Amino acid sequence: MHDKTITELAAALKAGEFSSVELTEALLRRIEAHNPELNAFITVTREPALQAAREADAARAAGKAGPLTGIPIAHKDIFCTAGVRTSCGSKMLDSFVSPYDATVVEKLKAAGVVMLGKTNMDEFAMGSSNETSYYGPVKNPWKLDAVPGGSSGGSAAAVAARLVPGVTATDTGGSIRQPAAMCGISGLKPTYGRVSRYGMIAFASSLDQGGPMARTAEDLALLLNNMAGFDPRDSTSVEHVVPDYTDGIAESLEGLKIGLPKEFFGEGLDPEVGQVVEAAIKEYEKLGAEVREVSLPNSKLSVPVYYVIAPAEASSNLSRFDGVRYGYRCENPVDLEDLYKRSRGEGFGAEVKRRIMVGTYALSAGYYDAYYLKAQQLRRLIRDDFVRVFEEVDVLMGPTSPTVAFNIGERSDDPLQMYLSDVYTIAVNLAGVPGLSIPAGFAKGLPVGLQVIGNYFSEAKLLNVAHKFQQATDWHLATPEGF
Amino acid sequence: MEWETVIGLEIHVQLATKSKIFSGSSTAYGAAPNTQASAIDLGMPGVLPVLNEDAVRMAVKFGLAIGAKIAPRSVFARKNYFYPDLPKGYQISQYELPVVEHGVLDIDLEDGSTKRIGVTRAHLEEDAGKSLHEDFEGMTGIDLNRAGTPLLEIVSEPDLRSAKEAVAYMKKMHSLVRYLEISDGNMQEGSFRCDANVSVRPKGQKEFGTRAEIKNLNSFRFVERAINYEVERQIDLLESGGTVVQETRLYDAQKNETRSMRTKEEANDYRYFPDPDLLPLDIEPAFIDAVRETLPELPDEKRDRFMKEYELPAYDAGVLTASRELAAFYEHVVQESGRQGKLSANWVMGDLLGALNKAGLDITESPVTPQMLGGMLKRIQDNTISGKIAKDVFEAMWNGEGEADEIIEKRGLKQVTDTGAIEAMIDEVIAANPQQVEQYKAGKDKLMGFFVGQVMKASKGKANPAQVNELLKQKLG
Amino acid sequence: MSLGPAEVKNIAHLARLDIDESLIPDYAKNLSDILAFVEQMNAHATEGVEPMAHPLDMSQRLRPDEVTERDQRELFQRIAPATEAGLYLVPKVIE
Repeated sequence: MHDKTITELAAALKAGEFSSVELTEALLRRIEAHNPELNAFITVTREPALQAAREADAARAAGKAGPLTGIPIAHKDIFCTAGVRTSCGSKMLDSFVSPYDATVVEKLKAAGVVMLGKTNMDEFAMGSSNETSYYGPVKNPWKLDAVPGGSSGGSAAAVAARLVPGVTATDTGGSIRQPAAMCGISGLKPTYGRVSRYGMIAFASSLDQGGPMARTAEDLALLLNNMAGFDPRDSTSVEHVVPDYTDGIAESLEGLKIGLPKEFFGEGLDPEVGQVVEAAIKEYEKLGAEVREVSLPNSKLSVPVYYVIAPAEASSNLSRFDGVRYGYRCENPVDLEDLYKRSRGEGFGAEVKRRIMVGTYALSAGYYDAYYLKAQQLRRLIRDDFVRVFEEVDVLMGPTSPTVAFNIGERSDDPLQMYLSDVYTIAVNLAGVPGLSIPAGFAKGLPVGLQVIGNYFSEAKLLNVAHKFQQATDWHLATPEGF
Repeated sequence: MEWETVIGLEIHVQLATKSKIFSGSSTAYGAAPNTQASAIDLGMPGVLPVLNEDAVRMAVKFGLAIGAKIAPRSVFARKNYFYPDLPKGYQISQYELPVVEHGVLDIDLEDGSTKRIGVTRAHLEEDAGKSLHEDFEGMTGIDLNRAGTPLLEIVSEPDLRSAKEAVAYMKKMHSLVRYLEISDGNMQEGSFRCDANVSVRPKGQKEFGTRAEIKNLNSFRFVERAINYEVERQIDLLESGGTVVQETRLYDAQKNETRSMRTKEEANDYRYFPDPDLLPLDIEPAFIDAVRETLPELPDEKRDRFMKEYELPAYDAGVLTASRELAAFYEHVVQESGRQGKLSANWVMGDLLGALNKAGLDITESPVTPQMLGGMLKRIQDNTISGKIAKDVFEAMWNGEGEADEIIEKRGLKQVTDTGAIEAMIDEVIAANPQQVEQYKAGKDKLMGFFVGQVMKASKGKANPAQVNELLKQKLG
Repeated sequence: MSLGPAEVKNIAHLARLDIDESLIPDYAKNLSDILAFVEQMNAHATEGVEPMAHPLDMSQRLRPDEVTERDQRELFQRIAPATEAGLYLVPKVIE
């Protein structure tokens, strides 16, 4: 039963083929068997999961089951879960048992899902390979010495290895799409403001967005139905109607206008990855879509712009971790300054400290205009490119990442090289538009993701575009060997 | 050399909202430590701020009251610094774009003139928690109940030229925020506190001198003393060839001195930037209009009206309009007394405020109600009692013996106005004092006072003094 | 922009991060590389472009002034490193 999608599992539960408890136990056994090798989970919540599964089965017996009742999922360890450790992949929060649930967690709980545990991630979501986690790197199920991508590497690996059918994740510069691509699964970053950020530990507030990862677009739609929506607790949450994302998912793509940003196909793109993406686009033409080249001229600046804005916001967001009210506190501080400096110096890893320092510098007196303000101005130009291009086309397509999964350790000493693996995903966060990644084939024996980008609030269209591809191809069904 | 003092004040006013500026925690004062600190106030991971509508409304109300510009768009920024009473490591405040800009406040000077003081800006921000330095085995305790309480920071232009002016400005501002009902103004509880930027310069010089900022002054008296001390310190320093250092100083009320806060730190670099968790605050004209509808009569308007309507001198009108409650009390007394403006003013400002002051009571706690006082004044007016007897009646009312009429009746204090009765008393006095009558008739006019006193004594104070005078003159020829 | 050890130490101090002395040169190099990289931005004119702080053009929503939170001190302080009498404890703060 572990090989079934959420849609299939929901049908099976409904038909009484097995119970949620049986399903939960089966997946917990798989996690026990495979997690030591993959390191996809930081925390497994066995007892609460079984309890939730029993409740789900009871609800079903009472005729009160919804589409997600009894479906096991896992949360990226960036979402606060009441009574369960929420580490954010950091030593700083290794002891942090959240006193409250994130809105996303609360909504999915209300929908009847069963949380199996919390997935591994780059520390505070700062990374593109899941190597910065305090809990150690996650292995890519397709190749155990390769990274799963990041920062939602644990979430992606857990779905790819069939340990769980769906997960929550977050995407600040590509952290849902890039690991989805590298692990051969589907992942959606919604429009900024579509999914509440309340209880999602902030990395860069103006870029962070939660979203689902699963094997199919249909499953993403089911999850998004229960994640999206206005939240009065989040000032940046949007009061915009949430449609049923499964409606219209199978609509024809006849006449769909696809734009291919030429900046996404130039230097730096692995030619084999490029070929896979081109083949996928051919497939869309067969489905009736029209393809044309477009340009996002300012997108080439998205990586430098991002590496000012994200660290600047992060440097401030992470100031609350000071060893006073929760989290890591150093031993025997001699004075207040020592308490701050050592708690933070010992509690944060190298990449987090690096970014805090970059951000602190970018905001400091005398440099603010040259870095932060300049980046915000360029951000507008990058956004305007998207606005303009969506007057011409319905969606944009291109590679999610310039390469397939690289090996663990290969880029960890070179932060800049690492940052470039998000070169195609970052502009989407800066603009705030939605984007998803779906499996499009293989290069060098590893999965390649196709990125589909849409206009603001066009998640339904993106899911429709992804679903039609998955009906016509079976890349999303490929399972890594041994799983 | 002659020196000129230049002062600008930054007043922090806690707004009288029920809940905090960015969370639904109560702002009530005096709760047990950290029982009013929610996940948001504690800066738990993942929490987010949402702005309190009434805090905005109060800021707009204040802006309208000082004739300021209400910014159609203002922005919340983060002021980044580490301190244990600042849970997030940053304070949410308005920096480049405040909600209120360019207002004015007129203050009354001792010589009776008024002076217009510019208000540069007023912005919304969150208060910090409190550090308690009692000894927890060498540790400091942190209470975050106050963290997130809405503050309006009101920044004046450097228009004030003496400690007295600074106090007059602060008192006027204090009165205003209470009139507007946007703050309880309670200074003991820290609802209204002030930082003073003080500098001196040679008289006639255009450029400002280097200023020192004196932090956290929480009483009018301390403001005056701290500024006076600081001015003297700076002048002494400059006259002995030294220079003033730009720094933050703390006022020590016990020693009556200011001293440098030991900042071994680098100059603060707050790294302000727009808070990405909050969106720009857009205030529509309709919102402003709705707030304008709720504006009460302001102190200056009320004072002018009192002068005109009740024919009061400026001084009386100023005292009586210093607080909204006192003004309301006074107007109520006037109404009850049969519209005797000046008499009501004399009694409210004199006996009533004196008694309240002595008892340490607020006008709202007065045991003598406006009805009672007004009722008594009516009896003075219709000659039932004299002003002198009224003092006894007032005292009896204060002591809870009932209303004026009751007391007059019970104690038999009604004025004697029956000419026959007064004449009888006069005859007795004349008969008993032949020597004085001789002297009076011989031209010692001053003795009239003696006769009046004797008659009043005989009447136990109840004879109408005017009548006594009149009749005595007739009898003594 | 190239950062030297003194600047790195100053930034680390502003951010209250204890950085091992031996790692300062590494940080200096990494940070210098990152700053040099982001300075590509300077080649692009942005005069008159309004800075964009949020992806969506929206205004701040206002919350009604209501008390919605209750006392959860016990729950919150269960995860605190040091408390006494309901207070969070820190090394003595000198004013």
